[in-house]
Amino acid sequence: MDLGAINPLLLAASLMVAATAVMIAAVGELVVEKAGVLNLGVEGMMITGAICGFAAAATTGSPMIGFAAAAGGGALLALLFALLTQVALANQVASGLALTLFGLGMSSLIGQSYVGVKPPPTPDLDIPLLSDIPVLGPVLFSHDLMVYFGLALVAAVWAFLKYTRGGLILKAVGENHAAAHALGYKVVRIRVLAILFGGACAGLGGAYISLIRVPQWTEGMTGGAGWIALALVVFASWKPWRVLLGAYLFGGVTVLQLNLQAAGLAIPAEYLSMSPYLITILVLVIMSADRSAAPASLGRTFHASQ
Amino acid sequence: MLRLEKRPQPSRTLSYVTPVLAVLITMVAGGLLFALLGKDPVAAIRTIFWDPLFGEFAFYYRPQLLVKGGPLILIALGLSLGFKAGIWNIGAEGQYIMGAIAGAGVGLAFYPLEAWWLFPLMVIAGALGGWAWAMIPALLKVRFGTNEILVSLMLVYVAENFLASMAIGAMKNPEGFGFPGSRNLQQYPSAHNAEIIAGTGMHWGVAAAFIAAIMAYVLMNRHILGYQIRLTGDAPRAAKFSGVKPARLVLFCLGTAGALAGLAGFFEVAGPAGQITTGFNVGYGFTAIIVAFLGRLHPFGIVLAGLLMALTYIGGEAAQSTMQLPAAAIQVFQGMLLFFLLAVDLLTNFRVRLDKREAA
Amino acid sequence: MLIKKRTFLTGAATALGMTALASGAAFAQDDKTKVGFIYVGPINDGGWSQHHHESALKMIEEIGADKVEMVYQENVPEGPDSERAMTQMALNGADIIFSTSFGYMDPTLNVATKFPDVKFEHATGYKTAPNMSAYSARFYEGRAVQGTIAGSMTKSNTIGYIASVPIPEVVRGINSSYIHAKKVNPDVEFKIIWLYTWMDPAKEADAARTLIEQGADVILQHTDSTAPLAAAQAAGDVIGFGQAGDMAEYAPSPRVSSIIDNWAPYYTARVQAVMDGTWETHSVWEGINTGMVGIGEISDVVPEDVKAAALEMKDAISAGEYHPFTGPLNKQDGTPWLAEGEVADDGTLAGMSFYVEGLEGDIPQ
Repeated sequence: MDLGAINPLLLAASLMVAATAVMIAAVGELVVEKAGVLNLGVEGMMITGAICGFAAAATTGSPMIGFAAAAGGGALLALLFALLTQVALANQVASGLALTLFGLGMSSLIGQSYVGVKPPPTPDLDIPLLSDIPVLGPVLFSHDLMVYFGLALVAAVWAFLKYTRGGLILKAVGENHAAAHALGYKVVRIRVLAILFGGACAGLGGAYISLIRVPQWTEGMTGGAGWIALALVVFASWKPWRVLLGAYLFGGVTVLQLNLQAAGLAIPAEYLSMSPYLITILVLVIMSADRSAAPASLGRTFHASQ
Repeated sequence: MLRLEKRPQPSRTLSYVTPVLAVLITMVAGGLLFALLGKDPVAAIRTIFWDPLFGEFAFYYRPQLLVKGGPLILIALGLSLGFKAGIWNIGAEGQYIMGAIAGAGVGLAFYPLEAWWLFPLMVIAGALGGWAWAMIPALLKVRFGTNEILVSLMLVYVAENFLASMAIGAMKNPEGFGFPGSRNLQQYPSAHNAEIIAGTGMHWGVAAAFIAAIMAYVLMNRHILGYQIRLTGDAPRAAKFSGVKPARLVLFCLGTAGALAGLAGFFEVAGPAGQITTGFNVGYGFTAIIVAFLGRLHPFGIVLAGLLMALTYIGGEAAQSTMQLPAAAIQVFQGMLLFFLLAVDLLTNFRVRLDKREAA
Repeated sequence: MLIKKRTFLTGAATALGMTALASGAAFAQDDKTKVGFIYVGPINDGGWSQHHHESALKMIEEIGADKVEMVYQENVPEGPDSERAMTQMALNGADIIFSTSFGYMDPTLNVATKFPDVKFEHATGYKTAPNMSAYSARFYEGRAVQGTIAGSMTKSNTIGYIASVPIPEVVRGINSSYIHAKKVNPDVEFKIIWLYTWMDPAKEADAARTLIEQGADVILQHTDSTAPLAAAQAAGDVIGFGQAGDMAEYAPSPRVSSIIDNWAPYYTARVQAVMDGTWETHSVWEGINTGMVGIGEISDVVPEDVKAAALEMKDAISAGEYHPFTGPLNKQDGTPWLAEGEVADDGTLAGMSFYVEGLEGDIPQ
């Protein structure tokens, strides 16, 4: 065993990459849940974003167009969920699961002709000056654009929820939809918008996997990242900065277990590959002490005539 | 302007009609999808829904419907109890795996002993394995308020890894030349979950599914616990006032769901599958969630829904093999079925009214 | 007439079980030979299943679409579902069915017993029957060539290995590449990551990055996606090899060569044998010699002398002059395994569950 082979700085750089997809998806889901809606379809929206982004990027040769298409694809699938839960008032858990099932199937149908295709490369930013800082530069300032977009998104959502009127209304709708309705806010409209935003974020997260992290298209390639994103929201007690923390922790455990294996640690590999999930459970348990945090109307159906 | 008006009571008639309606709409939408893929939609729908039941080889497919539907029904029945009470176990796949490992483990431990009591012992072990795995999210929910959706789901991944380690490690067939996978229980008479009547597809797991359906019906309609489950789901606050203990309900619903999923896993591994292998689980635990909703969370509805879902699988396979329809198309088809089912629910709970006044 | 006969037989089959119908299938033939394929993954997975499917298509091209017709089913789980898929093909008049994954072994045997007139071919297993053959490829021969190139090319003397599932097939590959990398470079060390999956691009990418960060400048993979090659390309100055397919889109670098699964010659021969009535059951394990294991073109990134050495080894293996597992070799714990000049027997290789001396770490059990 040779733990000296693990370079902590490189580990830090890797976990930033490994955390980005789940982080973007989780921040989107956080906004959805803040509005009082539970969408379990994150995995389905991610994989849809992964293929839409891949197809658009491969066709146009532009990763940026790819990411835009991914956001659109994720939002489109989320629109289905919005119609089911906000208009037809269907059960949110079942609708979310339907979304995942449908998204997984649909994405592999769309993806049939994109297997074996190489997407256009997304360049690393290498932020001038900053990336030249010794040690920290390569770790913090020479990733692709989406890594920084993820960080900016967390900051933006935090600021939106904390300092803007729109954020206050969104939280009000999530805390008590009947009261918000009585005050004259359009509960359904606000929730639909939140759901679409969540779908777009999930789509971006998926495209990060298919365009940058892997980069190729294969069936079911998100491999459960959507479920991890859902867990992160609970882990974070619905607080944006904690989503960042949670994503880095999960990304860190994932990267660390691979590093430990390569360094020859004598823990059987199957237990190492379980570890991210077990640690997620452990953290969920610790965090569930903070019960005040969940939006009070989360997952409850709203109908104006109630 | 269309307006929705909530019915004072969900319409009973419609709650029976809507699933049928959803299936019909899915057939039309699915047909369109198949046409887009360049296949003959009528032939595809016929291959999926008609041929397995009344086609040339129906004598083979009808028993297979039971083989495929049995585990789905068994798992969905357990899940429906929790869903009715608002307890969301979506980790049945993991409980199914652990039941299979526990049950098969007992059988393999006694190999090659032949004894009448071995099979019943394995049944109990299978149920306990699933029950224990479901108790983890249940206890965490009761004790710490941890979200059971996520915990039960994370445990699926853990169970899958554990299954892989069993298949290539502790349970590996010592006479299998180092290849992964356990001994085949089909070749171990005392442990084999054989067909009760040869050629019918009726193995003990299918029998268990039908027995469980009857028991679930009795529980939900003739027992105070069933009343408490329904009340908790419909009006949680009223349930609290009437003395329902939510913690006990969580333990009961999750435990029962886990035990039934574990049983399903055990009957599968000792019967149709035969072996603990790395790819033993094929998603029954997730498909059963659809079955539960498709069956309106009603025990007899679930039996029908499980058979219907089995039909889409078996017919879907036939369509893949004879018409070269992609496997993904069948998955989309099943997703659509759930979508339409949820959408037509609207008619059960609401009246659609034409509203003359301009909505504000 | 035909239909009458089959309806009669169907009636009989319900009474007598399936065997009667199996002979009924023979009546259902038109003049085309019907060939069935069962795949464990999607036909466009870019790896294992795709190459079986492409080989099947090549077989049809070779024999002629007027003489053979193919049915296939993709994404078939290795359990009762595969048994049903094969039964369905047999009922629909298939003459020969190829089940292309190890996990189909027992189900194939079950179906073969029910349909004695249909021929079955099972990939990478060890069970056979009068109407069921086993076939597999000696991929470890390709790994020997790969190890030779890898050991010569590494500058850091660290080679990363992305392993899938700890089964003998994968262990053989690790041992074979290690032995031959060590032969040309005594200082070489292997770092191995087990992923417990045959294909998961995101995990493969992470694993490749991890190995590169820990100093590996050659990545060998026994998983099916191109993700490790993409990671090698992004890192720069790291080489890798195509797996299952040529992965030529990453040539000339990072992909410097590849191991290609080429089942087409075997499929053509076996289907032809059914047509000629000469099909006999057998258990074969073919390698470079028959072309079942293909070595993709070695790119110009590889120095001339290394390329020559690799090709020389390939030819020697192909001609039967050299066996990749030739003694002296010890097991990892130092116990002797093969004496000087002694060659491993197929039985030991088939069930290989130990590392050779020099490799570090344990095989997950």
